[in-house]
Amino acid sequence: MFDVFFAILRRDLLLAMRRRTDVFTTLFFFVIVVSLFPLGIGPELNTLRLIAPGVFWVAALLASMLALEKLFLVDYQDGALEQMLLAPQPLSLLVLGKVAAHWLITGLPLVLLSPLLGLQYDLPGETIEVLLLTLLLGTPALSLIGSIGAALTLGLRGGGVLVSLLVLPLYIPVLIFGAGAVEAQASGLGGGGHLFMLGAMGLAALVVAPLATSAALRVSAE
Amino acid sequence: MLEVVNLQCTRGDRRLFSGVAFQLEPGELLHLHGHNGSGKTTLMRALCGLVTPTQGEIRWKGAPIRRQREEYHAELLYLGHKNGIKDDLTGVENLRAACRLAGTPISEKEAWAVLEKLGLRGHEDLPSRVLSQGQQKRVALARLLVSRAPLWLLDEPFVGLDAAAVELLQSVVRDHVEEGGLVVLTTHQEVALTSGRVKRLRLGWKKDGHV
Repeated sequence: MFDVFFAILRRDLLLAMRRRTDVFTTLFFFVIVVSLFPLGIGPELNTLRLIAPGVFWVAALLASMLALEKLFLVDYQDGALEQMLLAPQPLSLLVLGKVAAHWLITGLPLVLLSPLLGLQYDLPGETIEVLLLTLLLGTPALSLIGSIGAALTLGLRGGGVLVSLLVLPLYIPVLIFGAGAVEAQASGLGGGGHLFMLGAMGLAALVVAPLATSAALRVSAE
Repeated sequence: MLEVVNLQCTRGDRRLFSGVAFQLEPGELLHLHGHNGSGKTTLMRALCGLVTPTQGEIRWKGAPIRRQREEYHAELLYLGHKNGIKDDLTGVENLRAACRLAGTPISEKEAWAVLEKLGLRGHEDLPSRVLSQGQQKRVALARLLVSRAPLWLLDEPFVGLDAAAVELLQSVVRDHVEEGGLVVLTTHQEVALTSGRVKRLRLGWKKDGHV
């Protein structure tokens, strides 16, 4: 049954290998946004340490947003989406495969690069660890939630702006607990509680988002 | 096998067709006619379950297709206006990906053989974006040669093909019908298909589209 999940995952990763620009635009966007703040604020280490979690998370949110528009658009335009809708397996599994590929392409590189960028904010080692952990837990949730918006706005004119308006409010809980965990850890409270909440939100998104996205795709493709 | 009862589809406020009814049994081919905008493509998309009809029902083996989506899709092959092939993948990769998605994976060797049969020799490992329109169509049509689905829904399959490819496609469709398959076909060109039983349905010319 998971054959179709891996079939889509494999196809999308192969496509990303052939067209690397999509991977790099998201990653560079994240790097640049995160790096602009230290340049703008100056070497005020206390301030930088204070704003780091928020900056990282907002940048991750926006980067995830940027990549969303393309999630189903190309498949929609070349007709591959129709064939996906006609596959003899549950559509939600296919959607999950697409979202997984999307996260591996646009989410994971950004997570892996964040410790390096954390040095610009003079973050101590443990805080960087927590930051990495929150991003690792939170970004899949972002991709999952975002897929609903991407499916709903598919084929609409100005879909890119609309998807931001639809999805950004839904990202807020992830932002609060993601950035909150890092702040809590930095202030000595321990980020455990926040991390559990983040994990719970990820699991809830894993259950709900593929179903909602499938339903939205069926409507959008009609 | 395939039964359509009193089907009506609308686009916006406009009624495309209503009261369409037909039955298709193994070994039969349905040829859909109709002028531009008469709703042929919409009917095709309704037949595969991509479009929800406003009225009426489509049944496969006696049960509505809505109730048995996955089982029905396993027995169906739809080729629409859009080829559904990825520009950045080669012909072989496209064919194999499509087959994996349809639940009937094929080996790389088989994929090469099929594409060669379709006259794509020497082009199998080029990215599809450098192929011509007709060649891209051939890559999409390659699925017909490896498909085990009994019901084929082909929307304008002959567009963009050269004479040799048209002939090949005709023989593939003929063989499928002779082996007890079902085919629904829309085409503007009159194509002589000498196989099995051919039914005709004309959309838009008279009020009721009975066969």
